[in-house]
Amino acid sequence: MNRIKKKFKELKKEGKKAFISFITAGDPDFTTSKALVLELEKRGADIIELGVPFSDPLAEGPVIQKSSQRALEKGTSLPKILSLVGELRQETEIPIVLMGYYNPIFKFGEREFIERASGAGVDGLIIVDLPPEEAHFLLKESKKNNLVLILLLTPVSSEDRIKLVCQKSQGFIYCVAYTGITGDEKREDKNLRDLVTKVHSLTSTPVGIGFGISSPSEARKTASLAEAVIVGSAIVKKIEKHQGSKTLVEKVGVFAESLIRAVKE
Amino acid sequence: MEHHSLPDKKGHFGAFGGKFVPETLMPALKELEEAYSEAKEDKDFHKRLEKYLADYAGRPTPLYFAERLTKSLAGAKIYLKREDLAHTGAHKINNTLGQVLLAKRMGKKRIIAETGAGQHGVATATAAAVLGLPCRVYMGDEDIRRQRLNVFRMELLGAEVIPVSSGSCTLKDAINETIRDWVTNVRTTYYVLGSVVGPHPYPMMVRDFQSVIGKETKEQILLKEKRVPDYLVACVGGGSNSLGLFYPFLEDAVQLIGVEAGGLDLSEDKHGATLARGSIGILHGAKSYLLQDKYGQISLTHSVAAGLDYPGVGPEHSHLKKIGRAKYVTVNDREALKAFQTLSELEGIIPALESAHAIAYLSKLVPELDKDKIVVVNLSGRGDKDVEQVSGIVDSG
Repeated sequence: MNRIKKKFKELKKEGKKAFISFITAGDPDFTTSKALVLELEKRGADIIELGVPFSDPLAEGPVIQKSSQRALEKGTSLPKILSLVGELRQETEIPIVLMGYYNPIFKFGEREFIERASGAGVDGLIIVDLPPEEAHFLLKESKKNNLVLILLLTPVSSEDRIKLVCQKSQGFIYCVAYTGITGDEKREDKNLRDLVTKVHSLTSTPVGIGFGISSPSEARKTASLAEAVIVGSAIVKKIEKHQGSKTLVEKVGVFAESLIRAVKE
Repeated sequence: MEHHSLPDKKGHFGAFGGKFVPETLMPALKELEEAYSEAKEDKDFHKRLEKYLADYAGRPTPLYFAERLTKSLAGAKIYLKREDLAHTGAHKINNTLGQVLLAKRMGKKRIIAETGAGQHGVATATAAAVLGLPCRVYMGDEDIRRQRLNVFRMELLGAEVIPVSSGSCTLKDAINETIRDWVTNVRTTYYVLGSVVGPHPYPMMVRDFQSVIGKETKEQILLKEKRVPDYLVACVGGGSNSLGLFYPFLEDAVQLIGVEAGGLDLSEDKHGATLARGSIGILHGAKSYLLQDKYGQISLTHSVAAGLDYPGVGPEHSHLKKIGRAKYVTVNDREALKAFQTLSELEGIIPALESAHAIAYLSKLVPELDKDKIVVVNLSGRGDKDVEQVSGIVDSG
C-alpha cells in the first residue's frame, strides 16, 4: 500500500491528525535536508513534502522564493532530489511527497520521472501549476506506479471544480487556506470552512490544509477542521534564520515539535 | 484544420497553449473566458471599443510607403505599418483598451499589469486612467533602470509602479509578481496581460484585440497595391504585434517572418531567441517554446530591447512554427542598433528598439527580392523611450 494512504489509515484508527512538513530540497544543502527529514520524523511529523525548487515559483511568497533560489544556487536538480529520496529510504519509511512546478518534470520526461520517482521511494506529487484538466497522463501513470497525485482546492473553487478534484485527487486533497501565495500570515478566508465541509460531504479522501500556518494556535485551529495540517514557510523561515549554524537542525526540530504537539492534542 | 478555429475549447493551439496555473486562478480564468466570449458577441462592446480606438487612440494607423529605405536596399517595396503613431506610441494600446473595457464590464475594481519595456505598462495606465480604474504596474528593476522615461509616464498617468527585484529583474519576473498579486486579490482584480502569452484565454484574446493591425493593413495594401503583400515582417518578444499583423493573413499566400532578439551572442545564450533556439516547456500558464536549461529551469535572457528580453513566447507562434506557417529569424543587438539609426536618418522615424529588430532584418531579406515584391513591416512602436539608453551605448562605443 502507498505510504501516504497507509499513514492516513493508521492515524484515523488512532483518532489523530497528521502533521505535514514542507522543506525545500537542497536548502541550505543536501546533507542538511537529509538530517532535517530525519529530525522532523523524530519530532513527530507524519509526512514530508520536499520542495523541488523552480526558477519561477509563481505561487510562492518571499520565504519559499528565497529558499528555492538558495537551493538552485547549490546546484539542486530533480535527479539529485531523487537520489536524496533514495538515500533517505535506507533510513526511514516516512511518506515523502515531492512538491513543485510542472516544467522540471515535463523536461525530465513525465513517464521516466514517474518510474524513477517511484523506484526511489517517492510516495506522492503535488504540482502547483498542473490543474486536473492537464493532468490526465500523470494521474494515470501515478496510479500505475503506486504514487499519488495530490490536487489542490481553494476558497474560490467553484462547485464543479470541487467535485472534479474530489473525484481525481489521490492520497489527500490539499485545501489552500486563502486566496494568495504561500507564507502570508494572518490571512483568513471565511470560505475555508465551507470548502472543507463540502469536500468532506463528497469524499472520504483526507483533507490537508496549508498556507500561512505559523503558530501552535493556528495549527490547533486548523487541525480541528481537517485531517492534516501542512506547514511550509514558517519552517523554511527557521531554516533561513539558522543557516550556517551548527544547531540549525535542532532549532528547526524544536519549532516543528511545538506545532506538532498542537496538532496532536 | 483551418487555423482560424484555434484555439480549441481548452485553449490549445495544436500541441501548445492550455492553462497551467495554480488552482486559485482556475475560476478566474473561467470567469474571464465567459465574459470575453459574451463581450465578443455584444455589438455595443465592439462599438465602444471601436470608438476608443478611433477617437482616442487615433486608429487607423497609416500604412506608409518607405521610399528612401526602399531605394537604399534596392529590392522589394517596403511599407511600414505605423503603430508608432497610435496613442502612447505603440501597438500596446489596442489590447489594453479592449481588456480594460472588459474589466469594467466584469465589474472589476482594480487593474494590474506587468511591463517589460514599459510600453504595455504605459498603455495599461492610460486605458485605466481614461476608463477610471486604479492601476498598479509591476516592472523589473533592470527595466526600470533602462526605461526610466516610461516609469515617469506611468506615474504621471496615476499608476503605481512596483519594482520587482527577483530573478533576472526583467519581464519574466514582473509577470511572476503580477500573477502573485492576482492570486492574492483574485476576487476584485483584473490582470491586463500585455502579450499573446499566459494561460487561456489570454493568448486568444490579446491576439483578437491586436488583429486590428492586420485587418487595417489588409484594407490599406489592397487600396494601394490592389493585392496582398508577399512578406510580413515583425519582431517577436511575447509576440503580440507580430500575431496581430499575421493573423488576418494566415489564409493568404503571404510569407510570415518573425524576428527574435539575437542579443549579444546566440552561441553563449545571451539572447531572447525563444523560437529559434528554445525547447518546449511550461511557463506562465502555457505550454510553448522556452529558453531553459536541461533541468527545466528558466534561462536568463538578454536583449538590448527590454520588450524582447523574455524567455517565453506565445503558444500560437509555437504552433505556427511547428506547422511551418511562419518562419522565425534572429537579429542581434548590434544590427538592431544600426537599424535604429538608419531608419531615423533615412525616413525621419525613430523606431522602438524592439521594432528596430524587424527593420534590421530587411537588409537581409529585401536586397534578394525582385522590385515588384511587397514587404510590410510592423513598426510596432516609437523609439523616444530608447533614446537615452541608445545614446549611452553609442557614447561608450
